[in-house]
Amino acid sequence: MTSFILRRFGLGALLTFLVLTLIFLALRLVPGDPVEMLLSSGNASASPEAIERMRSQLGLTGSLPAQYWNFLTGVLTGDLGNSIRTGDAVTQSIAQRLPRTLELVVFATIVSIGVGIPIGAWAGAKGRFVDTSVTVLTSIGLALPVYVVGTVLIAVFSLTFNIFPAGGFTSWSQDPARHVQMLVLPSLALSLGFTAIIAQMTRSAVLEMKGQDWVRTAKAFGHSPLTVFRRHVLRNSLTPVTTVIGLGFGTLLGSTVLIERVFNYPGMSSLLVDSVSNRDYAVVQGLVITIAMIFILINILVDIVYGILDPRVRQ
Amino acid sequence: MTIAISPKLKKSLTPLRIAALAFVGVIVVAMVFAPILSPYDPLAQDIVNKGLPIFSSGHILGTDELGRDVLSRIMFGARVELFIALGASTAAMILGTYLGIVGGFFGGIAETLTMRLIVDVVLAFPPIILALLAVTIYGPGPVTLIFVMGVLFAPTFARITYGQTISVKREEYVEAARAFGAKTPITLLKIILPNVSAPIIVQFSLTMAQAILLESGLSYLGLGVVPPEPSWGAMVAEGQRFMATNPMGLLVPSTVLVLTILSFGLLGDVLRNYLDPKAGK
Repeated sequence: MTSFILRRFGLGALLTFLVLTLIFLALRLVPGDPVEMLLSSGNASASPEAIERMRSQLGLTGSLPAQYWNFLTGVLTGDLGNSIRTGDAVTQSIAQRLPRTLELVVFATIVSIGVGIPIGAWAGAKGRFVDTSVTVLTSIGLALPVYVVGTVLIAVFSLTFNIFPAGGFTSWSQDPARHVQMLVLPSLALSLGFTAIIAQMTRSAVLEMKGQDWVRTAKAFGHSPLTVFRRHVLRNSLTPVTTVIGLGFGTLLGSTVLIERVFNYPGMSSLLVDSVSNRDYAVVQGLVITIAMIFILINILVDIVYGILDPRVRQ
Repeated sequence: MTIAISPKLKKSLTPLRIAALAFVGVIVVAMVFAPILSPYDPLAQDIVNKGLPIFSSGHILGTDELGRDVLSRIMFGARVELFIALGASTAAMILGTYLGIVGGFFGGIAETLTMRLIVDVVLAFPPIILALLAVTIYGPGPVTLIFVMGVLFAPTFARITYGQTISVKREEYVEAARAFGAKTPITLLKIILPNVSAPIIVQFSLTMAQAILLESGLSYLGLGVVPPEPSWGAMVAEGQRFMATNPMGLLVPSTVLVLTILSFGLLGDVLRNYLDPKAGK
């Protein structure tokens, strides 16, 4: 098991290195001058001084190997450069905003697991009408863009019934109750698609497990149907579901880009969108690196959990 | 003229799926014939008739806050939307199939290069994040979107093709063709590709749905299709700003968007049932 974990982390480190190389190359492989491209807006061209200043800010001076070395050491020591617009250290902005986004994502994941698994298991166990309705509903859930769901939730729960605030953010230390209240609608909107994915996966896993030999054996031993279902069907069904949960966590992280805009939530993703609009490359690059690393780390953890649940994948 | 429907196709068609196919047909017609069919210029502003509700005379789906005809904007939006989604899905299919078939057939270093170095690295990002990085560098617009989504959605095609190629390449007919002296490019294109193509076609339809979803999201943020060019995502964003006074301005583009995504997903299901001998029993 230890060697499995070590190997998984080794692969993760390799992948991180490749991802960093891709991000490094992304700006440098642009045909023409990337700085001119970033500074150009419409027909106005930037002054030569501005171009030079930005070139050094983005670490685009010196030989390519030297740039690469500086880039890698910078990332590994937690120095992601400074915002071109505000001059703030990118690492600091991320440290301030990341927890808010993670809070949203974790909240949404808990909701999705709590709702998706029981619904999927129910559909798989019951079959017929329940199964058909759940299948149709989950397909619709997957086709709904998160920002449409978010807007509908605002229209219903804040504009019509005035139960939850339409958006914004209050820190936990200021007002804990208000803080939680403001998390409800964005995480609900975020969780809908994820709930649908988890429900679909649970349903098909349950359907597959129901026909297995050991289930028939357990029934033959005279265990009650509920015990058989809980111990032999559902437990085995949850293994493939963990993979989906891990992958979905990354998708959720991506969806916060839209949700934070809908709910005017000052998290990491809204910083990303603002920086893309302002073409503040240093901040965008820092955020993309952070998000990719979180995503890779989560995939490693999921693989390890999978290895614990199913010893066959460890070899 | 009657269209012959094979019993197999008939079996995979439920009323819901027929409705989905019909909707895809309507959207495609709207896309192709938008300049002829649309009642107004999608960019023409008419301040006197702004914010009209749906079913107003002359404006079936009403007008937006600048008095632009919503139906015309939806139709021209379909053009932009489908053009980008088709371009991106085609690019993803070609790139992904190439990577998968090469990686699967040759194995070894080719596999490492294609499946590990390219596919795994692209999959290490949530799609929208990598798209935003590209938009920062290249600026928004259809070309950037097609290019970046082509790269983003290629890994799924690559993984499917890779798995299929590995199982097909050991088949006797491949061996026979090679024994008869078929060159490697011929083997890949004429022997392997036709035998791995069914799941690729299914994936193409699902990728269309994903591409529309992602593109509309970026346009919603103002980072996809640049206004005033009509796009459904931007229409949702505009509708959202005025939803208290004109809820239809939000509902109409949202509904069209959701139905389109749903229909391409269902089209994928139909294709899967039709093309896969094992499915739908």
